[in-house]
Amino acid sequence: MNAFRYAQAHDVASAMATVAADPGARYVAGGTNVIDLMKEYVEQPSLLVDITHLPLRAIDASARGVRVGALAAMSDVADHAAVARDFPAVAQALLLSASPQLRNMATIGGNVMQRTRCAYFRDVSQACNKRAPGSGCAAIAGVNRQHAVVGGSEHCICTHPSDLAVALLAVDAVVHVRGRAGERTIPFERFHVLPGATPQRETVLEHGDLITAVELPPSAHARSSYYLKVRDRASYEFALVSVAAALDVTGGTVRAARVALGGVAPKPWRSHDAEAALTGRPATAATFAAAAQAATRGMRGYGQNDFKIALTQRAVARALAHAGGAA
Amino acid sequence: MTALVGAPVDRVDGRLKVTGAAKYSAEIAVPNLAYGALVLSTVANGRIAQVDDAAVRRMPGVLAVMTPANAPRVNASGPQVGYPVLRVLQDDLVHYDRQPVAVVVADTFERATDAAAMLRVRYDAAPPATRMNGSSAYKPAQVHGKDADTRKGDAEAALASAAVKVDNTYTTPVEHHNPMEPHATIALWEGDRLTVYDATQGVIGARRKLAAVFGVPTENVRVVSRFIGGGFGSKGSSWPHVTLAAMAAKLTNRPVKIVLSRPQMFGSVGHRPRTEQRVALAAGSDGKLTGIVHQTTAHTSVFDEFVEPSGLISTVLYGTPSLLVTHRAVRLNTATPTYMRAPGESSGSFALESAMDELAYALGVDPVELRVRNDTDRDADGLPFSSRSLVQALRAGAERIGWSRRDPRARSMRDGNLLVGFGVAAATYPMNRSAASASVQLRADGSVLARSAGVDIGTGAYTVFSQIVADTLGVPVQRVRMELGDSAFPIAPNAGGSTLTASAGSALKLAALDVRAKLAALDGADPASLASVNGDALVAILRKHGTDAIDGRADAKPGDEKKNFSMHSFGAQFAEVRVDPELGTVRLARFVNAFGAGRILNEKTAKSQYIGGAVWGIGMRCSSTRASTSGRAGS
Amino acid sequence: MGMDFGKVTRRRFLLRAMLPAIAAGAAAGSPRLSGALAAVRSVSVLASTGPGPIPVTLNVNGTAHALRIEPRVTLLDALRERLALTGTKKGCDQGTCGACTVLVDGRRVNACLTLAVMAQGKAVTTIEGLANGEQLHPVQAAFLAHDGFQCGYCTPGQILSAVALIAEKRPTDEASVREWMSGNICRCGAYPNIVAAVRDAAGARS
Repeated sequence: MNAFRYAQAHDVASAMATVAADPGARYVAGGTNVIDLMKEYVEQPSLLVDITHLPLRAIDASARGVRVGALAAMSDVADHAAVARDFPAVAQALLLSASPQLRNMATIGGNVMQRTRCAYFRDVSQACNKRAPGSGCAAIAGVNRQHAVVGGSEHCICTHPSDLAVALLAVDAVVHVRGRAGERTIPFERFHVLPGATPQRETVLEHGDLITAVELPPSAHARSSYYLKVRDRASYEFALVSVAAALDVTGGTVRAARVALGGVAPKPWRSHDAEAALTGRPATAATFAAAAQAATRGMRGYGQNDFKIALTQRAVARALAHAGGAA
Repeated sequence: MTALVGAPVDRVDGRLKVTGAAKYSAEIAVPNLAYGALVLSTVANGRIAQVDDAAVRRMPGVLAVMTPANAPRVNASGPQVGYPVLRVLQDDLVHYDRQPVAVVVADTFERATDAAAMLRVRYDAAPPATRMNGSSAYKPAQVHGKDADTRKGDAEAALASAAVKVDNTYTTPVEHHNPMEPHATIALWEGDRLTVYDATQGVIGARRKLAAVFGVPTENVRVVSRFIGGGFGSKGSSWPHVTLAAMAAKLTNRPVKIVLSRPQMFGSVGHRPRTEQRVALAAGSDGKLTGIVHQTTAHTSVFDEFVEPSGLISTVLYGTPSLLVTHRAVRLNTATPTYMRAPGESSGSFALESAMDELAYALGVDPVELRVRNDTDRDADGLPFSSRSLVQALRAGAERIGWSRRDPRARSMRDGNLLVGFGVAAATYPMNRSAASASVQLRADGSVLARSAGVDIGTGAYTVFSQIVADTLGVPVQRVRMELGDSAFPIAPNAGGSTLTASAGSALKLAALDVRAKLAALDGADPASLASVNGDALVAILRKHGTDAIDGRADAKPGDEKKNFSMHSFGAQFAEVRVDPELGTVRLARFVNAFGAGRILNEKTAKSQYIGGAVWGIGMRCSSTRASTSGRAGS
Repeated sequence: MGMDFGKVTRRRFLLRAMLPAIAAGAAAGSPRLSGALAAVRSVSVLASTGPGPIPVTLNVNGTAHALRIEPRVTLLDALRERLALTGTKKGCDQGTCGACTVLVDGRRVNACLTLAVMAQGKAVTTIEGLANGEQLHPVQAAFLAHDGFQCGYCTPGQILSAVALIAEKRPTDEASVREWMSGNICRCGAYPNIVAAVRDAAGARS
């Protein structure tokens, strides 16, 4: 790790002022991503601003849903009764993430900001447009079993590793951010950006912006949500493909649907195609099969990850069956 | 022997391990310690063009930057140095990805690793040889002391005329040992005397190699390895970082500690090479084999040789009138491969046992029955087995897993929407023994001090040796202090190849008997009269004569049993597996192991070894292959 | 021809050169920073310590230790290299193996991804702090009885993790124990015995 200065913040304004003033400054909370990336020299901040003492840890449940403070630990959110009851995909996604130790350390805010696990991104001797713009993408013609089948570009085909982010997408989460101009909210679907020609940009945040909370608004489909994670090992591994499915089924008909995918794209992927094939249709296996097929629209493989397309289809069908109450 | 040997005695080093008091190599406190960090190449073939170390030398705490330009000269290869040939900054050539190209020494771990990361190294890179298909294979002069090829009868003719045959190529990927403890070495010089705290499976071998590398008498080198966090073969040889630590210590005139990072563990510490194995089996319609062909190609490095002996298992496991086993190697720009848990047996049994399953299906014979039908009491050289319990193991394991419930038709068994499958495989491993010595001291206070240079790599050697000594002297096992892992102690072979227990254990038993003999002499008694008295009676003799302690010593070596017998353990393993046919996930439901492994000295630790081996085999099946076009291994 | 993408970046050396200027600017309220701070009114930039050694006090197993270490020193390396508490092990140094598991304020974490300076003011429990003199902790005793280890290197992390699992009141059926211990890997493959030891210590009915 490079040598760096350390500052400890006790109020949001000073934390933000400090980071905003210094392009080499980064926030550190749980540290499970930033410290890891610093050991690999992928990130080399000259100043770490410790925000773990900020009053952003509370998890508040009310009629307006659950407001999760950005510093709430993944394990605490997963164990929270209201989350498990009203947003089951979120609790499931959290419990399927990482390890108990990492879940105690990692925060919700840090989790949605976490960076790709692409082996080329993480190896400073390899070409990576995200880490070193203009150097190329070694994954496209290299080892790409874990990489994206949709949403990538000729510059980058990484996948976003967060399970939680996929579930947040399916329950219409809203991110609360404080920035230079004050507070603002960002619908989760617009929080992450695709690589395009600038893979070094991953979110809509500006340097110095601070996530203060993630809001989970109540809905019938969120209450009937399900997270499915497919991976080689039974635990402690990132997804090959994952699905967060949320279905509001009333009288046998799908009134509202959300289908979000993980492991397939550079950001958590909302499949509007699958949702269009579900909304207003009967909640049957045939409908789910059609939606699963639609979920793969636009997908392409890069040689070693072609299997993800068929796996997406099967995983979506399986997840819909669970969310629809049929499994 | 009494009930002690064979009993499930708790590990005598257990308390140290569960309290964190056991000290592994990186944890030895050494005054004035400096930290070394390796810089590894990022190309697999070429030469170092330039090292820009000016800025790094000025970084806080940096004591030295060791490169080919200023590294001490050592013997990196040759008959004295032996295997492995060391790439240790003696020239500017790069032969494999992650080859050491520099070492930075600093006063703290953080400063050393940061400085190493900042070192700019430029290469003149050349295209690396990374693909087995693209390179030409050669026949090695020897494969671990044997000829590369074994021929009995005409196996190809047997194939051509077989009633039933199968013929396929099986591949196993590169595998890395990755013990939980990264390789670690602390090296310190006092004049021309070198002490090394090293995570090694064999202190005697490590000492001999370091003496040859540095051109000093063996007596000048001491290697200590009292606790090591797993080896599995990777710590059975002395790799570049050990020598580099000693070179850096020489250069800086300070003790230097080098601990490999986890990514560095995919570099110069050996690996199981990729194998491509053609296995063809010829059989009569009664299922009896008429021929086995087992042809293995594996890679080695461009500067050293290690051949994975996958075909040897076909000379042991089944009876056949004709046999063709060959081994070929391909030179690639990789680090040199090495022994990895069951070298040859694990990669070879995958191929052979898969082929046996295919043959069972082709014949319409139950896979367990097929193996029973091809049992034999002699190996391919015609030597009788000293013992062989393969059939018993197959029957016992089949019973335990419920093999009779198995429907042999593919996809015929289900558990909900999951497909259920059963599998069986035979297992074997040779028995080895080397010369070893030991010392056992009985004291007037009733305690016993026993010593051997052998290393307990997690197998339970501390415990089993304590049991042997305690049993031979008739004392409770708690009264034995067993000291291991110091080259100053009586010699012992590596903990590897199923060798150590028989070797050092025999020497310890003889040394304990020597104590009895010496006490008899001291007491002017007939040795026979002392043969079975317990330890208290022996101690009483010491006290009677006012003697503080009696020292027993022994040298032991194998006899000529291997000239007359083929000596191996045998076993069978059964698996029940569940597959999700839609998602493709594979989960192991149950696994049964049955083994006949000679005299079990400790039921508890032996069982743990078998469990560990099974977990390794299961993990081997589940690990994904990492292809590499650049020569850089994925990590 | 060998390429070295971003291993040493101009940006990093540039930032290193800028550091004194930024620090001076921040202290003096220089015009260069006024734009960035304008929207935040008169909030000041935080004072920072490092990058050289700073005072860090760690409370480990009930004892306070005063250290002078760089901010980049992890809790793991502070324990092993400065405090001679080598019971906590370094297996991967990147949060993927669990060998470095310790308790911080009673919760299990990976010490390798925890900065020592961020563990100040918290109670750190390591393997050395579990036994009560000669009396082993029930989890330690269970590991001994069930032979839940071989080489012993993953063992301290396994034990701390198990202690936490029991405190977390996780379910103690076999599948649940496997899942709640999945953050600790064992290359010797002692898993069945580890699970048995944890279940025994947790008082599970078999």
